[in-house]
Amino acid sequence: MSAENDKILTEITENDYKYGFVTEIETETIPKGLNEEVVRLISAKKQEPEWLLEFRLKAYRHWLTMKIPVWPHLKLPEIDFQDVIYYAAPRKTPKYSSLDEVDPELIDTFNRLGIPLEEQKHLAGVAVDAVMDSISVKTTFRETLAELGIIFCSFSEAVKEHPDLVRKFMGSVVPYTDNFFAALNSAVFSDGSFCYIPKGVRCPMELSTYFRINAANTGQFERTLIVADDDSYVSYLEGCTAPMRDENQLHAAIVEIVAHDNAEVKYSTVQNWYPGDKNGKGGIYNFVTKRGICKGDNSKISWTQVETGSAITWKYPSCILKGNNTIGEFYSVAVTNNHQQADTGTKMIHIGKNSRSTIISKGISAGKSQNSYRGLVKVLKGADKVRNFTQCDSLLLGDQCGAHTFPYLEVDNETAIIEHEATTSKIGEDQIFYCNQRGIDTETAIGLIINGYAKEVLNKLPMEFAVEAQKLLQISLEGSVG
Amino acid sequence: MLEINNLYASIEGKEILKGINLTVNPGEVHAIMGPNGSGKSTLAAVLAGRDLFEVTEGSAEFLGNNLLELSPEDRARMGLFLGFQYPVEIPGVSMVNFMKTAINEQRKYNNLEPLSASDFLKLMREKKEIVEITSSLTNRSVNEGFSGGEKKKNEIFQMAMLEPKLAILDETDSGLDIDALRIVANGVNKLRTKHNATIVITHYQRLLDYIVPDYVHVLYKGKIVKSSGKELALELEEKGYDWIKEQY
Repeated sequence: MSAENDKILTEITENDYKYGFVTEIETETIPKGLNEEVVRLISAKKQEPEWLLEFRLKAYRHWLTMKIPVWPHLKLPEIDFQDVIYYAAPRKTPKYSSLDEVDPELIDTFNRLGIPLEEQKHLAGVAVDAVMDSISVKTTFRETLAELGIIFCSFSEAVKEHPDLVRKFMGSVVPYTDNFFAALNSAVFSDGSFCYIPKGVRCPMELSTYFRINAANTGQFERTLIVADDDSYVSYLEGCTAPMRDENQLHAAIVEIVAHDNAEVKYSTVQNWYPGDKNGKGGIYNFVTKRGICKGDNSKISWTQVETGSAITWKYPSCILKGNNTIGEFYSVAVTNNHQQADTGTKMIHIGKNSRSTIISKGISAGKSQNSYRGLVKVLKGADKVRNFTQCDSLLLGDQCGAHTFPYLEVDNETAIIEHEATTSKIGEDQIFYCNQRGIDTETAIGLIINGYAKEVLNKLPMEFAVEAQKLLQISLEGSVG
Repeated sequence: MLEINNLYASIEGKEILKGINLTVNPGEVHAIMGPNGSGKSTLAAVLAGRDLFEVTEGSAEFLGNNLLELSPEDRARMGLFLGFQYPVEIPGVSMVNFMKTAINEQRKYNNLEPLSASDFLKLMREKKEIVEITSSLTNRSVNEGFSGGEKKKNEIFQMAMLEPKLAILDETDSGLDIDALRIVANGVNKLRTKHNATIVITHYQRLLDYIVPDYVHVLYKGKIVKSSGKELALELEEKGYDWIKEQY
């Protein structure tokens, strides 16, 4: 076959995942494998203070005593944790004071992903922290935000410049003992974003972190910590992509959110890690622990996620509703196609009185994929007059995929009102034909139907993100009907 | 406009259409009648491009194009409309969004700019009057929770919006009470011009009191066995289909 043919073929077959390119950039990596020396090496490379190294080592030692969870409805292949590179960074100075110093290849990478790092070019009202492999590349609009007292920077910088805040809150919502992947992340995490919104400040722009895995054989382990002080508000976005590679890559992240009195945090994710090819080869293993605590009274945390990527997703963005009159929300659309597997949902832990939670989960399964919703609503003894509403819908495309629902309820207070609704439906060929007969092609028809189905969740996303997410849903399901 | 020649079609090896011949010219209304299971709905589905059916022989030309080679959506965009016997529900997709997508796909195919939101809404208001449907219907999801009569009115509303050159109405009268029947038929009549054509598929003469056909065809065992003027419908009403069955 001629090279030209080859190229065309590659273009066509790779069309479904348009972020699958690799950036040719000099990368500094450490040898494969994990042991105490590696943990110390990562810490040393990042010139971390002693307390953080101690934290990492404690987490690492604890991790050694843990086993990978077996309860999810996932066929987990054996993962060789010694075969992973735990630190990779684009070479050149990792700290850029101006964009001129950033490698043009890197700028180009993020441009191709639709994330321009030049502030003047950027969508008005969104500040970005771009993370590639283990390193935060650039944070935009830092100065503008600093005028309001908002801290928005990479996690590494936060450790250096705001050690008290980091030390106080890191691990306070997701302790390193929490689970296998949280322990692993706590031992080897490389970078991530840090955000602090001071008392009474409404953050005037969307803050966003864009994660990109580039280097081969590398795991990405980032942490995000968001602290919203009394009476503050912030809307946070997260996006992620990775090149198409034949081997599986590991992603184990932690996100922690702390909301003080009357604070509100909205966290939106469009997860688009490489899902593997049509035969299930390659793709990201995505094991993420996301949890927020509504610490203060009247505070609110809202998770919105659109999950289309990853070969395996294991993720339960949760809310601990500790304060009185607190609100926790979880809006999710999870799409699986081909051989993808997802076990995702939420936990709402009601501790405070009058705390309320809403869970809207929309699963869409196609191909030979498996899609599970797993959710816990827990009401503690002292939590009077709790309300929860859960709606859990599954949509099936084709007859070789699976949709599963695992709702757990633990209620220790009689005054709680808990509602659960669930539906399962299918996109029928007659629906598609009806659209065809009105001049709407199959692809557009599926897009219409899927977006109609997921409307309640997509409506919760910030504007620019919603449009992106709609397109993404359509692309993820291309070729899955008919 | 439509030229069907010796058309054979089958489903899962079972032959349903066995040599259909039919010519439809602009401005004409054709009624296709016949007993249950004679192949009326199959003919409609084959013309619209439903892939459940396999065309084994014959040809169909629509506006000079080989109809059978076109995708269902391209047939629709060229102006072929099928009023479904059982319109499907599409939950979550609003009528407005559905219609807007359909119209703009058609316009794109014909190299026209998409309609602006305000022009689209204006068009929708106009067309709703033709079938006497209320605003609330178009605010709902496509056919979701519609009564039988509302679904049929909604088919004619979509026909009004898309202004097809050839409309095939598959048992549009089934399940309609007399008022709804009158509204649906009036809608069809108002949309009639000398440039478009309609094929009405029905069991009963009743609908043809309102939509007066130029030709009536009797389809039996996959073939058109008798063609005549509108008086044939009255004869069928009076005598039933038995005399046809005996003859063929």
